[in-house]
Amino acid sequence: MSELPGLGLLWTSRRIPLAWLLLTRQPVRLAVALAGISFAGILMFMQLGFRDGLFDASVTIHKLFDADLVLISPRTISSISMSGFPRRRLVQALGDPEVKGITPVNWNFLLWRNPETKSTRSILAIGFEPNDPLFLDPGLKSKAKLLTQRGRVLFDELSREEFGPIGPWFRQGRTVETEVSGTRVRVAGLVGLGPSFGADGNLITSRETFLSLLPETPAGSIELGLIRLSPGADPAEVQQRLRKQLPRDVTVFTKKEFEESEKDYWRSSTAIGFIFTLGAGMGFVVGCVIVYQILYSDVSDHLPEYATLMAMGYPLRTLLGVVGREGLLLALLGYLPAYGVGQGLYALVRSATKLPVEMNTTRAAVVFSMILVMCMGSAAMAMRRLADADPAEIF
Amino acid sequence: MATLPSSSNGTGNGTSNGAANRTGAPAASDPPMVELHNLCHWYGEGEMRRQVLQNVALRIHPGEVVLLTGPSGCGKTTLLTLVGGLRQVQQGQVRVMGEGLEGSSRRLRQQLRRHIGMIFQGHNLLRCLTAEQNVQMGSDLLPGLSYRARRDQAREWLRAVGLGDHLGKLPHDLSGGQKQRVAIARALAAHPRLLLADEPTAALDSRSGREVVDLLKRLAREQSCAVLMVTHDPRILDVADRLVEMEDGRLRAGPLAVGRSSQQE
Repeated sequence: MSELPGLGLLWTSRRIPLAWLLLTRQPVRLAVALAGISFAGILMFMQLGFRDGLFDASVTIHKLFDADLVLISPRTISSISMSGFPRRRLVQALGDPEVKGITPVNWNFLLWRNPETKSTRSILAIGFEPNDPLFLDPGLKSKAKLLTQRGRVLFDELSREEFGPIGPWFRQGRTVETEVSGTRVRVAGLVGLGPSFGADGNLITSRETFLSLLPETPAGSIELGLIRLSPGADPAEVQQRLRKQLPRDVTVFTKKEFEESEKDYWRSSTAIGFIFTLGAGMGFVVGCVIVYQILYSDVSDHLPEYATLMAMGYPLRTLLGVVGREGLLLALLGYLPAYGVGQGLYALVRSATKLPVEMNTTRAAVVFSMILVMCMGSAAMAMRRLADADPAEIF
Repeated sequence: MATLPSSSNGTGNGTSNGAANRTGAPAASDPPMVELHNLCHWYGEGEMRRQVLQNVALRIHPGEVVLLTGPSGCGKTTLLTLVGGLRQVQQGQVRVMGEGLEGSSRRLRQQLRRHIGMIFQGHNLLRCLTAEQNVQMGSDLLPGLSYRARRDQAREWLRAVGLGDHLGKLPHDLSGGQKQRVAIARALAAHPRLLLADEPTAALDSRSGREVVDLLKRLAREQSCAVLMVTHDPRILDVADRLVEMEDGRLRAGPLAVGRSSQQE
């Protein structure tokens, strides 16, 4: 033939797509295989999605803060038990040229009395100076003014309903008053934050009101210090400087580290990670069994044909290649629907549970590699059956 | 009839060593395609060990059509698998295209099989491939040809066996005779120098059996390809250049063979 050498190699190496034809000429079996693989993929997507979503839900509030760096007490382990540290440390941080602003925040759990049923329940209370920036969302700014009057709180209307019908009552124009830690407070407005792992509900109030609700809080003590940097500053660099400057009674975290340390707490102290990883593992195993079954019976069914190919002079590795390619094709064809359905189910879960479950590239890649390992592993197992393809037996 | 035109694809190149000299056959300028010497074969182990071939000697020349007959279970198929490099030689000598197969490696036998066409009792076509694709699995073994060239060859072969109108059909949609003809096209598409056929007409009625065998012989002739065919079918014995009978693992020259081999030697 008179092709170019480079092109010629491509030409001469082209073969009949045997793996593809083996799969597609048995559409029912292929459909079953793809359904199985997709199901396994969807199961893995859901379990891993729930797991990550639940961990993300533990930092619902953390994410809202307008901060580049945060100060917390080294004794603080998680958001459900924040220890105090001297407010002075936060003021000291202002000395760094890159630090643009600070917000001291009080953080504690208080008992909220449901105004309807009169039962009490623990609620997360956040106290701050109403003039300070607190959240990234600018909507809070106007509402913060309402807090300047003592005994006023902003109630998180996304809180669980056990706290009472605060949102509807407030919207109806009723004056909503209740008791927090035995002190009468009035709801001055509504915010939408969302419940997290540690807190079923949230309220925001002024530092002054906060201290009146919790009189035993030592003066000058805060639980959280927000630090905002000037634009273009490198948080990691400033973090290093502050660590050197500030005494050992505070920990300097970037906002990301602050969120991660909270997630780590739930990861290590609860069985959530284990349960959902196990769930994903089960999806993986189910998928393996299905793909192995399909490939094994496929190889068994075609054993005389494989033996015929060997008798014709095809080397064993060609046949191994066919089975390997079948595995690869199954992985690709099975992953795509799993990805699509996964997206859909995530949207469903988001709307039904308010859980922040979203597709991300890491999880998409993890599930794909799991499916790939599943299919190629099964293909490798099924290949052992090829050793039984004895061309001498087919005569 | 006896000396066929030398094959176009280089029969007997290279290793024509002592084998040719020992034959002393004046007419056969080419070394024998197949040469068996004192071939013995056993099945089973220990007490169950049973000898299926006893001191078999056979020589097949390029372009010769040899028919092997005999009662079932006499070792014909075993002989075929040994010649085809599908089974390890236990004792004796097997020389195919000049290559000794005693103690041969898997790889050598696999390489050798590329030059041996095989036709089975069942057609053994790949069910998921069309007639054309099945034949192309044969021509795909040829080195250095483009996909298109191999496909064109496959089509050419299917036309040669009279199935030019059935290129895109799956084996499922072909009759028994048609399937067997596809199998012949597939075997020949790899340009074999030796064709081994194991009762190719067993599953066919007498008419299509006849057609298949005639076709096989004609095409093998054109390719100057040697044929060793195992058959039970008395209706097709006349296609043979030489008839060899087998009984209880021993070869016995048949009546037809006497005439033909005297012509040849």
